[in-house]
Amino acid sequence: MSTATLSYPKPQKPWRPKQRDLIPTYLGILVVFLGTWALVEFTGFAGKLGAFASAVICTTLVSTFLAGRSRGKQAAKNAAVASIITSLALLAMFPVISILGTVLVRGTKGLYVGFFTTDMGLASVNDPLNVGGILHAIIGTFIMIIIATLISVPLGISTAIYLTEIRGPGSRLIRFLVQAMSGVPSIVAGLFIYSAIISGSGRGFNGLWGALALAILMLPTVARTAEEVLLLIAEDLREAGLALGATQWRTVAMVVVPAAKSGLITAMILGIARIAGETAPLLFTTGGGDETNLNPVDGVMGSIPFAIWKALISGSAESNARAWASILVLLALVMILFFSARRLGKARR
Amino acid sequence: MTENVKPSSLASVAAANANRSPGKHALGTGLEARSVHAWFGKNHVLADVSLDFAAGTVTALIGPSGCGKSTFIRTLNRMHEFIPTAAMAGEVLLDGRDIYASGVDVTKIRLKIGMVFQKPNPFPSMTIGENVLSGLKLAQLKQSNKEELMEECLVRAGLWNEVKDRLDAHGGSLSGGQQQRLCIARSLAVNPQVLLMDEPCSALDPGSTLRIEETIRELSETMTVIIVTHNMQQAARISDYTAFFLADGHPGMMIESGPTSEIFSNPKDKRTENYVTGRFG
Amino acid sequence: MTLAEEKQITAPTPRVITTKPRTSDKIFRAVIFTGALSSLVILAAIAIFLGLRGFEILAREGLSFITGYEWYSSINSDGTAGEDPSVYGIGAMLIGTIITALIAVAIGVPISIAAALYLNFYAPNAIRGFLVGVIDLMAAFPSILFGLWGFNVLMPSGEYWAKLLHKYLGWIPLFDVSTPFFSRSPFIAGLVLAIMIIPIVTSIAREVFSQTPLDRIQAAYALGATKWTMIRAVVLPFGYSGVVGGAMLGLGRAMGETVAVFTVLNIIFQANFQILLGAGGNVASLIILKFGEASAEEIKALMAAGLMLFLLTLVVNMLADLLVSRTVKQGR
Repeated sequence: MSTATLSYPKPQKPWRPKQRDLIPTYLGILVVFLGTWALVEFTGFAGKLGAFASAVICTTLVSTFLAGRSRGKQAAKNAAVASIITSLALLAMFPVISILGTVLVRGTKGLYVGFFTTDMGLASVNDPLNVGGILHAIIGTFIMIIIATLISVPLGISTAIYLTEIRGPGSRLIRFLVQAMSGVPSIVAGLFIYSAIISGSGRGFNGLWGALALAILMLPTVARTAEEVLLLIAEDLREAGLALGATQWRTVAMVVVPAAKSGLITAMILGIARIAGETAPLLFTTGGGDETNLNPVDGVMGSIPFAIWKALISGSAESNARAWASILVLLALVMILFFSARRLGKARR
Repeated sequence: MTENVKPSSLASVAAANANRSPGKHALGTGLEARSVHAWFGKNHVLADVSLDFAAGTVTALIGPSGCGKSTFIRTLNRMHEFIPTAAMAGEVLLDGRDIYASGVDVTKIRLKIGMVFQKPNPFPSMTIGENVLSGLKLAQLKQSNKEELMEECLVRAGLWNEVKDRLDAHGGSLSGGQQQRLCIARSLAVNPQVLLMDEPCSALDPGSTLRIEETIRELSETMTVIIVTHNMQQAARISDYTAFFLADGHPGMMIESGPTSEIFSNPKDKRTENYVTGRFG
Repeated sequence: MTLAEEKQITAPTPRVITTKPRTSDKIFRAVIFTGALSSLVILAAIAIFLGLRGFEILAREGLSFITGYEWYSSINSDGTAGEDPSVYGIGAMLIGTIITALIAVAIGVPISIAAALYLNFYAPNAIRGFLVGVIDLMAAFPSILFGLWGFNVLMPSGEYWAKLLHKYLGWIPLFDVSTPFFSRSPFIAGLVLAIMIIPIVTSIAREVFSQTPLDRIQAAYALGATKWTMIRAVVLPFGYSGVVGGAMLGLGRAMGETVAVFTVLNIIFQANFQILLGAGGNVASLIILKFGEASAEEIKALMAAGLMLFLLTLVVNMLADLLVSRTVKQGR
């Protein structure tokens, strides 16, 4: 064919606006800035939210006018809606930025090296910030996370395998119950462990009971994510395993689960992220100790959320700084978990 | 190709069809594609297609799968640009004006160049009647005599007698063929100059296909119809002009176009002949 | 062959095919099935244990446990019973739970729907992934963080907006206040809860909207629809029940939230319908508030309150799940 010798034009995207068409838009942006400034300056809209609201009003008016002028009434309506939807979406992002900023600014003030190497055994939350730390809480949180993971991951993955591989009787009911369980308030999980194990039995608070409460909250997250992951495994893979004469047990253990390995790890990490910051259930089960305690079945055990709680309800300037520093540590932990889960998730797809 | 049709029979079908005299009515100057190219990302899928669609004619686009004919038809009413990686070059002129020129309102272009899709897709939340008039609502057009318009469109789409007693039923209650004719009626309500049809019968049974073909023949008296089809019998039966597309390891190109009877009885290009005689594809 | 002949042929009886699983598979299935039962067992155990512990109080108070506004534990500090009889009623707290959760839904759901529409249909491809990540990250924030941030950062602006609402809309009874005390009000707690439910409602709305069949979207565009008319005619009708389900899921979350509400809200035992006034409560924060110093009897009352909260959120969640799964299935 002679096509190779022909010179083709370059790919174009004529539906993209050209520089010349954007001039009214640039002018519009200028008008928006001026209008926002005027509204903030001369009316009651004060503060960050006031400025944001003024900007939304100005942007909506200007974009509506521009679209209406060049393309008529329905284009104007379309532009107005687009600008409102975009503004509301931006509003939804606001808290994240504010929260991250606040935690970073206020949290770093309470940090010092000893914060990670000492516990509160000999210090009070109202002491100066160079005394005491949250070592006990970090250790406690890790111990409880490990125990909760050891309980909920096998149960959660069994549930997912039952739903996707065995598809036995009651699958729909079980899926429905897992979904319902994910909505159980965290305080109910703590209250349940208290009522079933601790209340009236003479048994005291300890880390194991806290871990059990956390496992209840972690289970539905693990089960649901694992189910989604297993559903992504192609059907032919299962059939190939069975067609080779393998039993279902061997097919699942040697074909399906290895294929979904990174996804199942993601499920576990998401489950951990779900419980790492839980406070309410620990208030009823762990007792929240101030000293480092490595034994989950004997004596009260501290945790980062509980340490924050204690500092929070104390109310002094020092305890407040301590609360922010602890939450910075907690947030860092949660974000590490979150980003590693995302990374694994991306690699899978 | 599964249908093993003798070339002579196709040619005779096309010859019988050629008695029609297209373009009797002045309906504007029609639609013209001027060296249209299309890309998805770096992938050059369509190269240098120039084709005129005279007003009031039916043009069939034929060719094996993946030859770019569906991409081509989607560049004609700017549905192509919905794929994020899509790009194009060239011009598409409607009544002499480039529809890709900057400042052109794309929604108005799509009102003038309607489209019927492969799978019937009536809006499930609307009744049959509402479906027919949905275009008015979507484009926010004013229309005084809605009842009349609804009836007219359904009559033209050949569906009126079947649904006149149940206009309040939901679109999903119709059969596949009826749904497709409902979609045609829906396109007619906004009174387009050109109607694009992307394999409108491929999901239908032979009986429904024949009904739709009748509808297309009737529509061509008042508008320009461009239809993508895999069914060469269909192309021979209903079209005035036929264009043959082929990809063959290169970007899809238009190999040959001309009056349908000529393409089927006396193709100039060897590849066209091979395709219409069923030797490949 | 004629029709009559055809009828005379007797259809063969279908064979019953049985698969006899190997022993290893039997064990495997039994183990997995046991694991899968865990959710059923745990949910049942929660209801049973909280019910057992709370039974005494529930039986004594009867319906007034739900309708009564008074919570008074008559135990002296030395453990002996006080003179007045104890009264346990969570009515005021139930009202508070519903009011704060409804405020959260009223503010959070429209924002979530807009965010979901933006992410699915408006956001430029280059930043869509990043923005989805930001929303998802927000879902992973611990609730105590929202409480702390809500109390320290959001409260001042919340108060400012509350005063503005009161000034211009004070003639509506809902926005009236009997004393000008705007701090720590149900409105502000509702704001915090709204922010907390935005991630989950947004992600469900996004999931539901993304199931809208592409051919319907294209059909609308091919009829000359603008983006907005397309969304109104195709996306919103399709996603309606799913979004309602997502909103209910958010409602359930907001009802069960403990630490954030406890931190922000000024807990007062009265039914307060003036949402801008700094007084209110919810069942979960009642439990936290009373648990520390509760007598054995009051603990039982708290268990009963926990049971009510559990049942309430369970019902809301189940309804929500039914609505969401219906839409998502319809799209597939």
